[in-house]
Amino acid sequence: MITLEHYLTVAAALFVIGIFGLFLNRKNVIILLMSIELMLLSVNINLVAFSSFMNDLVGQVFTLFVLTVAAAEAAIGLAILVSFFRNRGTIAVEDVNVMKG
Amino acid sequence: MIYSDLSIIFPEIFLSVYSMVALVVAVYTSKDEGAQKVTWFTAIVFILLAFWMIFSSDKTEIAFGGMFINDAFSRFSKIIILLSGAVVLIMGQEYMTRRGFLRFEYPLIVALSVVGMMVMVSAGDLMALYMGLELQSLALYVIAAFKRDSLKSTEAGLKYFVLGALSSGLLLYGSALIYGYSGTTLFDGILKNVNADAPSLGLLFGLALVIAGLAFKVSAVPFHMWTPDVYEGAPTPVTAFLATVPKMAAICLLMRVMYDAFGNILGDWQQIIILLSILSMFLGAFAAIGQSDLKRLLAYSSISHMGYALIGLAAGTEFGVQSVLEYMTIYITMNIGVFAILMSMQRDGQSVTEIASLRMISETDPGKAIALLILLFSLAGIPPMLGFFAKFEVLRAAVNADLTYLAIMGVLASVIGAFYYLKIVYLIYFGDMPESPLDNSQTPILKTIWTASAAMMVFGVISLFGIEDMAKAAASSLLN
Repeated sequence: MITLEHYLTVAAALFVIGIFGLFLNRKNVIILLMSIELMLLSVNINLVAFSSFMNDLVGQVFTLFVLTVAAAEAAIGLAILVSFFRNRGTIAVEDVNVMKG
Repeated sequence: MIYSDLSIIFPEIFLSVYSMVALVVAVYTSKDEGAQKVTWFTAIVFILLAFWMIFSSDKTEIAFGGMFINDAFSRFSKIIILLSGAVVLIMGQEYMTRRGFLRFEYPLIVALSVVGMMVMVSAGDLMALYMGLELQSLALYVIAAFKRDSLKSTEAGLKYFVLGALSSGLLLYGSALIYGYSGTTLFDGILKNVNADAPSLGLLFGLALVIAGLAFKVSAVPFHMWTPDVYEGAPTPVTAFLATVPKMAAICLLMRVMYDAFGNILGDWQQIIILLSILSMFLGAFAAIGQSDLKRLLAYSSISHMGYALIGLAAGTEFGVQSVLEYMTIYITMNIGVFAILMSMQRDGQSVTEIASLRMISETDPGKAIALLILLFSLAGIPPMLGFFAKFEVLRAAVNADLTYLAIMGVLASVIGAFYYLKIVYLIYFGDMPESPLDNSQTPILKTIWTASAAMMVFGVISLFGIEDMAKAAASSLLN
């Protein structure tokens, strides 16, 4: 029997993988975008699991909003990345360093 | 039913329809030649909407089954957001035209982000909160990278995007946990379902994550890393926008969530807010000392100012909320003045942002020097200026709520912070004449704005322009 805890564990694992992907990755900005997507999708697993175990539709409505926003966010992220690439000529994470603080 | 709901969110609908129609019209007609007109027109729309709100009913109205709340609190913040947004647009169009990167998209993206902020401060549901916050943030990522051919600007946009998306992810994960452990996304539903004596662990975890996500947006330490880089890299008019308007929206949203959804577990979130507040005040004060770039300095200054605003929230009282609203209003007014001066700084037609270039502007431009002196004293919180009363009110709220140690921390941090403001004042009035002084460029719009802002810092002391009563009504509508 798969219980709510199983779903929450998977979602938490994916979320943590996403965060680690953001902080440990030194290679490529595209991987940052993938990590962000992973975080948002793990939240969706959470929401759908809660929604189906509580018999409440709100969680699934929330999921649809999150999916839409995630798509918009990826589009804007890629657009900014393209204009950054045009100026810098590289998208390696360690080269995002003109300003240091 | 649906008609009354729609009439309640009329300002938001109007502004979003306006920006979409204007985008299409501008694409098909004049392109960038009409950019200045679009900017002015958008600013006028903001001002008209603000006045419409000032004179609209003072009732509390709830739309879409509690998802959207229009009360005195949200109206107060919307008026400030719209008016300061209009002023920042007007300042920016002058600067951006001069440097040739004003496009008609700029005012319209700003308008969309203002719609997002208006939804944020009226949110009564986790979904409305998330949608408003994302609309605001996505628009801000774009305008941070607005100067497409500048490496610094695009890098600022990229950094802002990655860290902003991370914070949205944290906020969203927290919202999902809150939904799961309280069974609803409506704020008043959460308030009813929370067990005030022993809130479940999942719920507290969700609460902490939501606070972390929102702390990113107000740039409170330890979630401030993006602030200096984004402020430095973004074009100056965009920095002026980032430093003022979204801060108001994010602080108001934070207060809305804390009181409307978690008002009965005050003790649990109070500790987190106190920690954020102390860290922000001190890091902002210390880190600003070594800065040589005025934009970076203002970034650290805004971090430390957010720390003071959070003191009022940590107090957890009605007076605390009132003091935060007053603090934010005064903070925005003085920051607009400082940014107007920053935008006017140029040498041989090139804009400069180094602090050292302000050396002896008291000789070349005494009026500007006096205005900057007043604004910096006000930012530091030196008594005759309005900035002092802003700090005084939040500290009083903390003392009244038995958080005397927090108030003492606030005073200490403000003494440390005064050092770097006074250092700039020293540069303005004492020292040697620089070899290449700044151009004595006077643009009437910027001059009017910084003069008005400085005058408000001096004369506002008399009555605070009546915002005290409005803030009081706003605070009582949030807590009841």
